[in-house]
Amino acid sequence: MKRSNKPIFWSLFGAGGMLSALIGPALVFTTGIALPLGGVPLGYERAHAFAQNGFGKVAIFLVISLFLFHGLHRMYHSVHDLGIHVTPAMKALFHGIAALGSAVAAYLLVTL
Amino acid sequence: MRSIVLECLRYDPETDAAPRWQNYDVPFTDDMSVLQGLQYIKDHLDGSLTFRWSCRMAICGSCGAMLNGEPRLGCENFLRDYYPGPLRVEPLNHFPIVRDLAIDQSDFLAKLESVKPYIIGEPPKGPYRQTPRQMEEYYQYSQCINCLLCYAACPQYGLNEKFTGPAALALLHRYNADSRDQGKRERMPVINQEDGVWGCTLVGYCSEVCPKGVDPARAVNQNKIESAKDYFFRFFRR
Amino acid sequence: MKTYTRPVTGTWWTRNGFYRWYMFRELSCVFITLYAFILLAGLYRLGQGPEAFLAWQAALASPASLAFHVVALVLVIYHSWTWFKIMPKTMPRLPVPDGAIVAGGVIAVIAVSAAFLWTALG
Repeated sequence: MKRSNKPIFWSLFGAGGMLSALIGPALVFTTGIALPLGGVPLGYERAHAFAQNGFGKVAIFLVISLFLFHGLHRMYHSVHDLGIHVTPAMKALFHGIAALGSAVAAYLLVTL
Repeated sequence: MRSIVLECLRYDPETDAAPRWQNYDVPFTDDMSVLQGLQYIKDHLDGSLTFRWSCRMAICGSCGAMLNGEPRLGCENFLRDYYPGPLRVEPLNHFPIVRDLAIDQSDFLAKLESVKPYIIGEPPKGPYRQTPRQMEEYYQYSQCINCLLCYAACPQYGLNEKFTGPAALALLHRYNADSRDQGKRERMPVINQEDGVWGCTLVGYCSEVCPKGVDPARAVNQNKIESAKDYFFRFFRR
Repeated sequence: MKTYTRPVTGTWWTRNGFYRWYMFRELSCVFITLYAFILLAGLYRLGQGPEAFLAWQAALASPASLAFHVVALVLVIYHSWTWFKIMPKTMPRLPVPDGAIVAGGVIAVIAVSAAFLWTALG
């Protein structure tokens, strides 16, 4: 019986799920609704300062990376749930996009 | 006396290319179960209707069927609750039909065998000793009557018949959690494979339909953590 | 033994309320993924300077963006609720009942959200 590699992806999915469950609602509301409607005093200076800060960098990276790993892992499973045959290539694609997004986020944060 | 129409899915392997529907008008009293409705049909209307049953009290696990699209036991669901009807009666989903409402359970039986559902290890000299607290750890999982309602409920099993499935994994956990057992190591390969616990996406319908409160969803998902631990820490084991 | 196998199609989930709620729960992942990409875009614009970042911020005020975020908010709240509702099943038996774990999770979300909103909204 072949051992599955699922634990790797499941752990990332789980971490992302927990993070998005705890902070997702507040984040989506703040950046997607309150901010554009003028309720959040953000602006370039404040955002830049937050992203320069060590804690800020880690927070932004974790949110983007873990949300991606959570969402894309679940999307991969949902494709299967819709009766579409999933291949190893598709698995690589979904998780690869999450990895790429995480890498881009890391690069942007490091070079900011 | 009231009556209700039972729309039954029929299939005779010797004469039918595909299943077909047949309706029966069944007079009933408020104390009649769906199983008794089927027995009325067989005794008075159509002796060819084929279905499994035995205990009439939700312990043998034989009379499972889809009642209006939901996996239920015929003996503990009542015609009065489906009135005015009609009540659609089909064989359990996700299993091949042998004849009428009887399905082929051989896939499940093979999976049950694969999880080694028995106490493994040298017995002690004298009786096994187990505290009530230790028994609580596995008791609910030991209530499984192999009725297969959970397999009919599980869409992952429907999409992929290689998935080990809820009841087999719940019974696997029942033995792993039993303090008398030492076979966890031997059962890990079944848990760890792609079609082991990793075939489950926690739809949770299995636990919803289980007539004995086994909660297979819990049994399977507790073992995801075990499988992950086994995966990551295997190089640190002596 | 000759048997008949009924085919399973991709529309299995439409047949039953329980299944439909499951797919609704899974749908949240699409919005969480897209939201993460929106944040990533914002991060990229942040690195390009004040004008670029304010353009990103202004784009969030478009009707399409607001509509997306309202839907995303509903789904992420549903994800949050179902995550903690399910959590007891994934954990080893604890000395507290399942309901307490769910309640703990919901309280955690409310507390974290309140703290975040209090800091962000100033």
